[in-house]
Amino acid sequence: MADYFQYIDNVVSLKLNPEICIGCGICELVCPHGVLTVTGGKAVLVARDRCMECSACARNCPVGALEVAAGEGCVRAIINELLGREGDCC
Amino acid sequence: MKIPPPRVKKELVPLAVVMAEAKLDGICKPPSSEQCFVVGQTVSAAGLVPTARSSLTAQDKRGSYLARWNIGRMSFIVDPGLYALGAPDSSSVVVVTANYKMSFDQLRAALAGRDCWILVLDTKGINVWCAAGKGTFGTVELYDRVVESRLAEVVTHRKIIIPQLGAPGVNGLDIKKYTGFQVVWGPVLAADLPAFLDNGMVADAAMRRKSFPLAERLALAPVEFVQASGKIFLLILFFLLLSGLGGKNIFWAAALEMGFFAVLALLAALIGGTVLVPVLLPWLSGRAFSVKGMWAGLLSYLVVVAIYLFVWPDRGMGRVEIVAWLLMVTAISSWLGMNFTGASTYTSRSGVRHEMLRAIPIQVAAGVTGFCCWLAARFWIS
Repeated sequence: MADYFQYIDNVVSLKLNPEICIGCGICELVCPHGVLTVTGGKAVLVARDRCMECSACARNCPVGALEVAAGEGCVRAIINELLGREGDCC
Repeated sequence: MKIPPPRVKKELVPLAVVMAEAKLDGICKPPSSEQCFVVGQTVSAAGLVPTARSSLTAQDKRGSYLARWNIGRMSFIVDPGLYALGAPDSSSVVVVTANYKMSFDQLRAALAGRDCWILVLDTKGINVWCAAGKGTFGTVELYDRVVESRLAEVVTHRKIIIPQLGAPGVNGLDIKKYTGFQVVWGPVLAADLPAFLDNGMVADAAMRRKSFPLAERLALAPVEFVQASGKIFLLILFFLLLSGLGGKNIFWAAALEMGFFAVLALLAALIGGTVLVPVLLPWLSGRAFSVKGMWAGLLSYLVVVAIYLFVWPDRGMGRVEIVAWLLMVTAISSWLGMNFTGASTYTSRSGVRHEMLRAIPIQVAAGVTGFCCWLAARFWIS
């Protein structure tokens, strides 16, 4: 049932730099989709395609090991962005 | 879009410095007590704090119901600031939420029977998750509210519970650094807070996941329906007008000739894109919402055609007209389905962009082709 909700594969911008990860586990805690798990003292992207680019992990990573092009997955916001207009969704 | 800055933009002054310099005098403004859910005042070390009722009244529920139908949704707000729930004291837990009244209501209802402090951030009436994405449920706003509510005087402990879905906007380490309060990431759902608190402020894995159950998808459908219905109504008027201009009959008779089915077809597109997509989401084929919307539109269109042929067998319908609406209904429904990504809980910005760039040209092509077929059926054929 959990896998019913999987969006398009191989598109997300989430990047993890394992070199500087200190394995604190905060990313695993704040991620709402179980994208990251700390294994052997380092975070691992176990379900990268489930990432929705909310940036909770990147925002709270103490060493900046995570990078993501954050933004709302919302048509209106993207149209505004493509047209160079201000404004967002919700 | 850019990577979120690791540090706060605004220059924050550590709370200890603010307090030592006694800058707090005069800035403490408790939220208004003239709100329907305030039942009294609670005495705290930093003055009187409005006490919120923990049960929801008929008025609260009515407001939520209307907001679900997009009525008064953007002005369904709570005055930001600190509230008491039950009879909290200086050792009671502090829970943070947004000032969208539905968020606040769900929180206080979930915590019924408990004594705690609720710190409401000014998110301009937007829920926690959406506001965190925009940054209004953010580090700076939280810092400001902690300072302004004199939270450090109200409670003796140094922990605040932030909803996990607030994490895209709040940097817990900065909050700790500048206010001294340790951020404890609460569960995704307010309803899980009692279990979380009873478990020593530890959430199990299920509490950390954002699911998207049918009940939640159904609750979102009315807003989608209402928002799209205005545009569909304009399209209905447009097709009635065009239909009236064609044919041999007088205007109103001519308008109904092909306008009648146009109304049904456009309603099929509206229901397909805004009701069937949320409800049937896991079962509609395809990952992209535009594809799911296309299938939902096809399904509702087939139902409408069947109903039309069954109920009005004598009205008749041209083949070109059937194909025209097949193209237009699936195009509109696909577009509306794609718009549901904004309300869903698992779509990424990169993914939506990816599907938009591919789907919009097809939607436009189908819509334009369908419209041309319809014009031909109305003005040239027959």
